[in-house]
Amino acid sequence: MELLSVSAVNWSRAQFALTAGYHWLFVPLTIGLALIMSVMETIYVRTGDPKWKSTAKFWQKIFGINFAIGIATGIILEFQFGTNWSNYSWFVGDIFGAPLAIEGIVAFFLEATFISIMFFGWNRVSKNMHLASTWLVTLGATLSAYWILVANAWMQYPVGMEFNPDTVRNEMNDFWAVISSPIAVNKFLHAVFSCWGFAAAFVLGVSSWYLLKKRHQDFALKSIKVGMIVGLSGFVLLAVTGDGSGHEVAQKQPMKLAAMEGLYHGKEGAGLIAVGMLNPAKQAYNDRVDPYLFKMEIPKLLSLLGYRDANAFVPGIENIIDGGYTLPDGTVALSFRERKERGEKAIQALADYKTATAEGRLDDAAQHKRILDENYAHFGYGYLESEADLVPDVPLTFYTFHLMVIIGCYFILFFLIVWYFVHKKKMHTERWLQYVALWSIPLAYIAGQCGWAVAEMGRQPWTIQDVLPVQTAVSAVATGNIVATFILFAIIFTGMLVAEVTIMVKQIKKGPDFPPEVSGSNRLIEIDED
Amino acid sequence: MITYEFLQNYWWFIISLLGGLLVFLLFVQGGQSMLHSLGRTEDEKKLLVNALGRKWEYTFTTLVTFGGAFFASFPLFYSTSFGGAYWVWMIILFCFVLQAVSYEFQSKPGNIFGKGTYRAFLFINGVLGTFLLGAAVATFFTGSEFTVNKGNIVGLGDAGPVISQWQNPLHGIEALGDARNWFLGLAVLFLARTLASLFFVNRLNHDILVDRSRKFTLYNGVPFVVFFLAFLIWTLVADGYAVNPETKVVFLEPAKYLHNFLDMPLVLIVFLLGVVGVLYGIFATVFRPEYNKGIWFAGVGTVLTVTMLFLVAGYNHTAYYPSSIDLQSSLTVQNSSSSEFTLGVMSIVSLLVPFVLAYIFYAWRALEKKSLGLDDLQADEHSY
Repeated sequence: MELLSVSAVNWSRAQFALTAGYHWLFVPLTIGLALIMSVMETIYVRTGDPKWKSTAKFWQKIFGINFAIGIATGIILEFQFGTNWSNYSWFVGDIFGAPLAIEGIVAFFLEATFISIMFFGWNRVSKNMHLASTWLVTLGATLSAYWILVANAWMQYPVGMEFNPDTVRNEMNDFWAVISSPIAVNKFLHAVFSCWGFAAAFVLGVSSWYLLKKRHQDFALKSIKVGMIVGLSGFVLLAVTGDGSGHEVAQKQPMKLAAMEGLYHGKEGAGLIAVGMLNPAKQAYNDRVDPYLFKMEIPKLLSLLGYRDANAFVPGIENIIDGGYTLPDGTVALSFRERKERGEKAIQALADYKTATAEGRLDDAAQHKRILDENYAHFGYGYLESEADLVPDVPLTFYTFHLMVIIGCYFILFFLIVWYFVHKKKMHTERWLQYVALWSIPLAYIAGQCGWAVAEMGRQPWTIQDVLPVQTAVSAVATGNIVATFILFAIIFTGMLVAEVTIMVKQIKKGPDFPPEVSGSNRLIEIDED
Repeated sequence: MITYEFLQNYWWFIISLLGGLLVFLLFVQGGQSMLHSLGRTEDEKKLLVNALGRKWEYTFTTLVTFGGAFFASFPLFYSTSFGGAYWVWMIILFCFVLQAVSYEFQSKPGNIFGKGTYRAFLFINGVLGTFLLGAAVATFFTGSEFTVNKGNIVGLGDAGPVISQWQNPLHGIEALGDARNWFLGLAVLFLARTLASLFFVNRLNHDILVDRSRKFTLYNGVPFVVFFLAFLIWTLVADGYAVNPETKVVFLEPAKYLHNFLDMPLVLIVFLLGVVGVLYGIFATVFRPEYNKGIWFAGVGTVLTVTMLFLVAGYNHTAYYPSSIDLQSSLTVQNSSSSEFTLGVMSIVSLLVPFVLAYIFYAWRALEKKSLGLDDLQADEHSY
């Protein structure tokens, strides 16, 4: 039927992806820069050195430009759950809405209130109060990430809820389970550390540009020092939390893990692909075509990552569809067909329950409810049609995952090298490294986008893992409307992005308002020692 | 005793209060709609932009929080209205997206589209944002064309697995076919402009603009009163969407909203106090040349009036989001709310609100010990 056509689902997804993609161009920079400028301002307040004040203020300006556009895209994300995912909003709104509301009450007001003191308060409040405000902005930004990632993590791994057939929705019964879910905590940390790394890469790149141009070198080296500490910590912690993410995905979303690795046939002691290329001739999960053109593996690492056991069995896409292997909890995995059957049983039981209740047949209703409860874990499978529906876009998930990991590893190396040259007080003379830093900025953007592509595309077809597939979550809005708003968003966001980039470039070209008597390369050595 | 019913009513009150605060804070939008008429020289416009630019984030954040809180407490509304009246909400969102970058970008070199464009965005947000929000809220009284059936998720009906369906292909724009929606839309637009005038009188250290704002208070206050009374009187005498407390059947009741006021005298008294506050703020500002505290009376009055209007829409066995084509699909505080558990958790979180208000008050005071003049803009590096 037209209302729930595939194209309406796809356009709704495209619209969400567009908004989220744009959102994630700006948000990581604000969250990460918030920390960096807070550190800089702290040094200023501690040392009283006006150069640090100018340094902090310059990055605050960049922060402000990004912040505005970050919230412009953010508001659309929040309301899109309603406008485009109307079924979803009712079906899980009882759990999903709460973190969004708390995000507003706890985090956004903190951010919005203290941002005005941060921007307009330099001459109106005391130094310490101003510093506190800057840190509160950082806290607000970081908290907002926590709450929205609690919401996102819950979609990947729904916990703390039970289905209520009377209201036909999932209802929260354990708030703590929702907000302390291991997926949520790990996702939050991974995302925030990525923001640190991202912003640090940005700060290093821009600062290196000044070094290349031999302008504001004093400022640039100060920025690099703070940036490299934040950046190295960020990327090292990203590796740690990335490992945690991999482990969680293996437990809760095995299909996503299989897609990330292009793993069709499961095996024991599975290796992690370091570099590889997929075979475009592979069309279906069971067509027996070799999925790889070539690959270089690190032996046993995937088993170790996923199950903390170098010889553990990692199921591939075929295994997950065919079932029959032993799950970590000792039970035997069901096949897609079995899960679909049980999902259909659950849906039918819900329908029967509603009828029986309406007709006052309470004993029958209780019987149907029992069947529903027994099969609810497979509810969403009842809406899927064929095996292929269960498989996410493998090439997209595979490449974005590997690109993200490769760029992440590259940045660890990069920050170590920068650290070395800063330590040797040679950062301002190594032009090759300055060029590398400058051209690394786009890599940070690519890695961030890839990360979200893995997380979100890799969990298709689910909006809520195993409970609600995308086609059942969408609003009953005809495709034409969605296409129209998609185009409008694309135009507006792109226009904003272009304006934002040129504004940033102008601001960077203009440079910081550094106290003139101390800028210049003759002071570099002394500055390096402070 | 904290019962489910208490929590549902508590959350309807919180939503109503957020609605009231949001409408008050729409003075930012009202001001944006007058940038070109109130401000005549570039300096004047710049001062107006900067006075509003220190406040816009509060309005924006309140809108986001209003949305989030509505989602958390009444998810069926979120699902039905946003997914149904698609175009109304989308246009409102577009307006606010345009606003979000316009302050920060307008005076920055390299902004591509030029200052005039960003100010035009602010104007669009000022006019359309307020009008459409008002018109959307009016549908809480006039009704919309949708059907809801939660059981549809099993996908056995004609509609497929669709819980709520908008039955008009215009997806919300059809609300403009009802004059009563126009009245409240225009009332909110002119209220926002009136509040903005009062805000400028209070905030600005600029004689010409303050004098002109005083006149604008009158020019906008009069149409506001006219449109608001038209909406109010019509609504009081019109049929309203009542719920039978025993059977939960929704039916049309003549003068339902008038009865609600009479059945809830406290709501009526606070409503009237609010109206008096708004009128006093307007009249005192217009007729007393040195008086500049009108924004506080009108502001508090706005919060009270709007909050009470929301209460009248949802309390006393009333469907707050009625369906005009299928009465039994109408949303009530009871049938659209979150579970008792979720409302309970959210209620505990809501205890943080006074704390939030306290630091907002602190920040507002810290930045505004004195009024804002052109010399402040020169001293301030972050001015727009």
